[in-house]
Amino acid sequence: MSQVYDYIEMKIPAKPEFIGVIRLTLSGIGSRMGFAYDEIEDLKIATSEACTNAVQHAYKDLEKGEVKVSFGLYPDRLEVMVSDSGKSCNFEEVRQGLGPYEHGQKVELLREGGLGLYLIETLMDDVKIHQHDGVTVFMTKFLEGEQVEMDAKTVST
Amino acid sequence: MNITVDVNELNTEFIVKLNGEIDAYTAPKLRESLFPISEQDNVSIIIDLTEVSYMDSTGLGVFVGAFKSVRAHNGEFTLIGLSERLRRLFDITGLADIIDIKSGTEGGLE
Repeated sequence: MSQVYDYIEMKIPAKPEFIGVIRLTLSGIGSRMGFAYDEIEDLKIATSEACTNAVQHAYKDLEKGEVKVSFGLYPDRLEVMVSDSGKSCNFEEVRQGLGPYEHGQKVELLREGGLGLYLIETLMDDVKIHQHDGVTVFMTKFLEGEQVEMDAKTVST
Repeated sequence: MNITVDVNELNTEFIVKLNGEIDAYTAPKLRESLFPISEQDNVSIIIDLTEVSYMDSTGLGVFVGAFKSVRAHNGEFTLIGLSERLRRLFDITGLADIIDIKSGTEGGLE
């Protein structure tokens, strides 16, 4: 069953300074669709995490690269896809040892990274990761709950 | 889409005011500012997040690193001025139980 939807695609250089540009775009798309403030903030974090992974891991050996971010706008949900064409990494390996910190954990043993994927899975409603030549993260957030009034003043981006 | 780091030093107490966004781009700058301080003995670092409008796991990583370093040097590390959004990030990652956090007006310096 096919559904009518709007599609937006962006390509950014695989450099950390452009991840903020994706967040600005996402704020605009999220408020256009009627997502609540907190949901937009969740979307921004999850998408930034995926972009950060793409920028930091996929391209560590390469000089140049691009990260493609695409947005599928459906009546009931937003789908965000973040893909890189860098070297594929073993996501199952990355997954290991992920998750929240535990109370009473020894301070000197605290991890200083690896929370990105955990946050993506926590903040989005559905997450899929595909590995091909690079890695693509598919994330879905459904419109629900208290939404921004359709005639409310535009959320500043 | 940038960050300013404002450090006020009084004896061994450092009050660090952050303003802006903490992400993969700005985290290295934050790390460079915090680590030399965190490696001194017996310091107290208070980080004011009141003016931080965005933060993700890269920021959490920097704070965990600085927190570990401060503790290894017998110092104290406190986060203050967290918005509800920021507080939530520390809650869902379990860091709220580990790092000393004073939320909102509770610890504000205004």
